[in-house]
Amino acid sequence: MKCDLIVVGGGPGGSMAAKTAASAGLKVVMLEKRQEIGDPVRCAEGVSMKGLNRMVKPEPKWISSVVKGARIYAPDGKRVVMSESSSGNGYILERKVFDRGLAMQAAQAGAKVLVKTRALGLLRKDGAISGVSALRIGEPLQIEAPLIIGADGVESKVGRWAGIDTTLKLPDIESCAQFLVHDASIDDEYTEFFLGNSIAPSGYVWSFPKGEKLANIGLGIQGSRSKPGEAVRLLRQFMKTRFPNGKVVEMVVGGDPCSGPIDSAIADGVMLVGDAAHQTDPFTGGGILNAMQAGIIAGEVAAEAITACDVSRSGLKEYDDRWKEDIGKIIAKSFQLKEFFVKLTDKDLNHLIGSMAKEDMSKMDLAGMLRVLFRLNPKLLWGLKSLII
Amino acid sequence: MLTVNRYKCCYCGACVAVCPTCSLELVETWLEVSAECKECGLCTKICPVGALEVEA
Ligand SMILES: Cc1cc2nc3c(=O)[nH]c(=O)nc-3n(C[C@H](O)[C@H](O)[C@H](O)COP(=O)(O)OP(=O)(O)OC[C@H]3O[C@@H](n4cnc5c(N)ncnc54)[C@H](O)[C@@H]3O)c2cc1C
Ligand code: SF4
Ligand code: SF4
Repeated sequence: MKCDLIVVGGGPGGSMAAKTAASAGLKVVMLEKRQEIGDPVRCAEGVSMKGLNRMVKPEPKWISSVVKGARIYAPDGKRVVMSESSSGNGYILERKVFDRGLAMQAAQAGAKVLVKTRALGLLRKDGAISGVSALRIGEPLQIEAPLIIGADGVESKVGRWAGIDTTLKLPDIESCAQFLVHDASIDDEYTEFFLGNSIAPSGYVWSFPKGEKLANIGLGIQGSRSKPGEAVRLLRQFMKTRFPNGKVVEMVVGGDPCSGPIDSAIADGVMLVGDAAHQTDPFTGGGILNAMQAGIIAGEVAAEAITACDVSRSGLKEYDDRWKEDIGKIIAKSFQLKEFFVKLTDKDLNHLIGSMAKEDMSKMDLAGMLRVLFRLNPKLLWGLKSLII
Repeated sequence: MLTVNRYKCCYCGACVAVCPTCSLELVETWLEVSAECKECGLCTKICPVGALEVEA
């Protein structure tokens, strides 16, 4: 099999790359090792409405619910309520349907989608990358192409095969566990975040409502503070105290990169997209929209590079320049925020959330909240001055 | 030796991401461990369900 571009991985990053490149006229093959795209899910499924709408027209069946705002709880139970209306509301997606929907769009744009097809390594001819060797429903398959996009998620190998070391160090990955829970006390319109070093060390617990009293309730803890089975153990403990009658109908686990931007996501004949390039927001853990945005950029650069017959590192440099300028800047800022917040004690967290008790946060987004926090707690947050002001 | 408890593993790939020797491969619903494993134990720490163990 021969083509212009092979995309490894059929998540949001891979599908947007394949769709963009195919729409620009390239012959594209997208490989997905799973037999069902998007399943099992490794995600809490929250995205900003505005961010998603900018890139695709969402189909109603992709969306479980629309949320109006967020409540953040300090370890002592004090809370602050934020409305996202100033920055637009949030969607809680149904990723099994969403991921497949994006893959469908890639296929409709002309990309060939191969499921249950796992990339095993890169092919080389005279030193240059010449394709991918794969296993398709258990049978060996060689696909020839001068250019590869690695959108193979947190467990990415494409970068490592091409000489980009994407191994995550323990402090740079969150170990996560999540239950899909039915509970009468779930508020269908608000996301909730619970902070505290005993409930989620250097991370947080989230509750993202999916409608009809269902919610993704999960937590992430910094890898360096994790031990075997800790994420699931802590989640069970949280459920016991906060949702003792909650009925668990699904379980999700996963690793979420939080390393900050990598130096370069390209090599000769290779570009990395999404979790494979650690493009997740290190502070919030959100990676869907960043992966999609990077996928679009990589798809456009792929089309230019193939037309110009230059898929060398220098021919692909535009991809590095563009994603760094776009999502890279925010990822870098978020990394600094994360590095600061993971060090806070429960006393600090109580103090910070408590300080906002008299403020009207109802029209505020995250950036606005950080500015208020800084005004009220300049001493504690001095280290973040350059990020916030 | 690194052992994988297949009854616990939820095939999420977090362990694959942290392995410094690239010794783990997630094949859809199971993990393969290659001979390059140095038994450093990093993967055991990140596993959300505790499916991995380095045994003496
Ligand atoms: C518990 C948890 C909660 C999260 N919550 C949120 C959230 O609420 N909002 C948000 O925006 N983000 C969230 N994220 C992050 C988000 O899930 C990821 O950032 C996003 O899925 C990245 O998309 P991607 O396309 O880069 O990779 P993925 O969606 O992981 O897709 C990669 C694909 O590549 C395939 N693949 C891997 N290796 C190969 C191979 N060798 N051959 C063929 N195919 C291969 C995989 O099977 C997979 O389908 C969360 C993550 C976790 C773990
Ligand atoms: S981290 Fe644990 S649950 Fe995830 S794939 Fe590895 S062994 Fe399985
Ligand atoms: S023990 Fe160390 S070398 Fe072996 S698979 Fe785990 S992380 Fe890799």
